[in-house]
Amino acid sequence: MKVEYLTGNYAIAEGAMTAGLKFYAGYPITPSSEIFEYLAKELPKVGGIVVQFEDEIASINAIIGASWAGVKAMTATSGPGFSLMLEGLSLAIMIETPLVIAYVMRTGPSTGIATKSGQYDVMQVRWGAHGNYEIVAYAPWSVQEAYDLTIKSFNVSELLRIPVILLSDATLVHLWERVVMKGPGEVVIVDRKKPKVPKDMYKPYEPDEDLVPPMACFGEGYRVLVESLTHDERGYYKTTNEVQRKLVWRLVNKVRKNKHLVVDSASYFVDDAEYVIVAYGTTARSVYALVKELRSKGVRIGLFRPKSLWPIDDDALVKACSKAKKVFVVENNVGVYVNEVCRFLKNKDVISIPVIDLDIPSPEDILNVMREWL
Amino acid sequence: MSKPLTVWDLPREEYLAPGHRMCQGCGAAIAFRHILKATGKDVIITMPTSCGEITSTVYPHTAWRVPWIHVAFENAAAVASGIAAGIEALKRKGFIPKDKDIKVVAIGGDGGTFDIGFQALSGTLERGDNVLYICYDNEAYMNTGIQRSGATPLGAWTTTTPVGKVWRGEWRPKKRKDLIAVAIAHNVPYAATANPAFPVDLYMKVKKALSIKGPKVIHVLSPCVPGWRIEPEKSVEVGKLAVLTGMWINYEYENGTYRVTTPVPKRKPVREYLRLQGRFRHLTDEEIKKIQELVDAEVARINKLVGKEVIGPVEG
Repeated sequence: MKVEYLTGNYAIAEGAMTAGLKFYAGYPITPSSEIFEYLAKELPKVGGIVVQFEDEIASINAIIGASWAGVKAMTATSGPGFSLMLEGLSLAIMIETPLVIAYVMRTGPSTGIATKSGQYDVMQVRWGAHGNYEIVAYAPWSVQEAYDLTIKSFNVSELLRIPVILLSDATLVHLWERVVMKGPGEVVIVDRKKPKVPKDMYKPYEPDEDLVPPMACFGEGYRVLVESLTHDERGYYKTTNEVQRKLVWRLVNKVRKNKHLVVDSASYFVDDAEYVIVAYGTTARSVYALVKELRSKGVRIGLFRPKSLWPIDDDALVKACSKAKKVFVVENNVGVYVNEVCRFLKNKDVISIPVIDLDIPSPEDILNVMREWL
Repeated sequence: MSKPLTVWDLPREEYLAPGHRMCQGCGAAIAFRHILKATGKDVIITMPTSCGEITSTVYPHTAWRVPWIHVAFENAAAVASGIAAGIEALKRKGFIPKDKDIKVVAIGGDGGTFDIGFQALSGTLERGDNVLYICYDNEAYMNTGIQRSGATPLGAWTTTTPVGKVWRGEWRPKKRKDLIAVAIAHNVPYAATANPAFPVDLYMKVKKALSIKGPKVIHVLSPCVPGWRIEPEKSVEVGKLAVLTGMWINYEYENGTYRVTTPVPKRKPVREYLRLQGRFRHLTDEEIKKIQELVDAEVARINKLVGKEVIGPVEG
C-alpha cells in the first residue's frame, strides 16, 4: 500500500496497472490523453506494451486482438472517439472479449468543448452499439474511486468476459486528490477462467452454470473459433431462431444473472429521508455538499449515488427511496438518466433536475432548480 | 522568361484575419495566410479538428474571411467531396453560373491526414473529386498535447514517445509515410510539398493546383513552436533549415514529371536542423547519424525521380 497524489487520469492508469494491464492501445483525445501519456512512460517498466493507433476504430480492435492473445487490455477515449468505437464494442460483446474502455466525458454533441465537462453520454454508453446486450459501466466521483473502480472494471470484464466502461468526466480526470494505492495481494484481482475440459472436447462458446464460457486464447492449444456472426457453442455460424435466441439471451442474462457481482452504489443520510437526490459521478460531489447543508438546516434529505450506472443497483435504490416523498435526479446534462431511475420507482414522484455546467453544477445552482419542489 | 515572383507580388488581400489565437511564430498561420492569398475569396474551406482549427475560430471570432466548415476529425476530405458535388449539382441545375470557379479546399493536420483522415482522403483522391487537399504537417498531434502521429520523424520526443533509457522518442526506424507517393499512387494530376518559410513557392503551388481539375494534394511542413520546442522567432529559420539540410524537400509532381522547386546545391548536415529543436535534444551522435542516413536516402530518391542532382551532397 502506498499513498500518492494523483489526477483522475493518472489514477485510472495506475488502477489499470494494479489490475494487471499489459496492453494499451491509444489515440490522442482530450481530456483522456494523459492516461495514454502516463502509461506510455510507466507500462513498459512493468513489461507492458503501449501502442498508438491511427484512430479509435483501430484502438478498440487492437485491444480486442490483444485480449484474445491472452493479456488484459484497455483503451481510453472521449465522446467523438467512443462514437467511432461502437462497432468494435458490439463486436467485443458478441465474441465475449474482456476489455476496459476508460471513457472521459466532455461536452457535446460533436466536438463540443473538448476541455470541459458534462454527463451527456450515459445513454450512449448503454445503447450506442447495435444489437441487444447488457453493458457494465462505472461512474467514479473521486480520484480514489477512479482508481478503485478501474480495478473493478477489469475484474468484472474478466469475470463475465465483457467489455466494461469506466465513465468519468473532464472535471474528475484533471482533479488532483490523495489516492491509497494497493500493492500485490492487497486487492482481489480476477483473471478470466480457463477451460478445464480436454482439448478435443472444448467448445469456445459453451457456458458454465454462470453463463460465462471459459476462455481459451489463441496459442493455448485449444481450437478457438472466434465468430462475430450468430454462432452456436462451437462457434459455427447458424441462421436459425433457436441459435439466435439462445445466444442473445445468454449474452444478456450473463450480466443480469450475475448482477450482484457487478452493481455498486452508496447511500448517504437516506434512513429517514423525505427527499432523496440521485446523482452520479462528479455531480454527486456538489449534491453531497448540498445534502449536508440542507441536513444542517433540518431538511430530511439524502443522497443515493449509483457507482455502477449500468446496471443500476436497483435494490439499494428502492431501499434508499423507501421513505421518500420526492426523488430528484440531478445530472450535468438535459436529464437522461432520470428515465432509468423512474423504471424502478414507478409509484414515486421522480423529478428531473438537469443543470448543465461546464465544470460541475454548483450546490447553489442545483438548489435553485430544486427549490420549487421542496 | 518572366521575372520570378517575390513576396511583393503576392496579392495584398488578406483572407486570414489577424487576431487569431495561433502561437507566435506558428508555421501553420503563415501557411494558411498564403494559401488564402492563392485561393482568393471564391473558396470553401473544410477543416477537421486540429490546432489550427481551434485557434483560428475561438468564439466569438473567426479568422477565416471565406466560407469555412469545421467537420469531425476523420472526414475533411469527405465533406469537401460532398461540397464539390453539391456545387456541381447547382451548376447543372443552373443555380450557379457554369463558368463560376468555386474552389473547394480541405486543410487538415498531419493527424487528420496521415492517420484518422487517411481513408476519407483516399476516397476523395480515388474518385477523382475536384478538391485540393492540403495537409499542414507539424509532425505530431499538437492540439491534444504533442502526441506522436504517423508523420512524426524518427527520434522526435512527444508525450507518447517519451525519452528514457528504453524509448528514445519516435521509434519508427525508417522514413515516415510518404504522403506525396500515396497521392501519386491514386493517379492524381498534381501533388506537391511546400513550406511556409518559402511563401512564394507555397503560393504558386496552391495557384497551380487550383488551376487543375481533379484531386490535388499539397503537403506543407509547419514548424510548431510548442511542439518542436523552438523559439517563436526561429520557426521560419527552422523551416528554411529543413530544406537546406534535406530534411524537407520542396518539390512538385505534375502528370508524371517531378520538379524540385527549391534546389539545394550543397546541403547542410541534419544536425543543424535538429539542434534548434528541443524535441531532438536527447539525440546521440549515433542517432543523428541514423537520421542523416535516412535523409541521404530520400535525397537520392528524389534526385533519381527528377533525373539529375538537384539536391547536392552534404558540404564539409
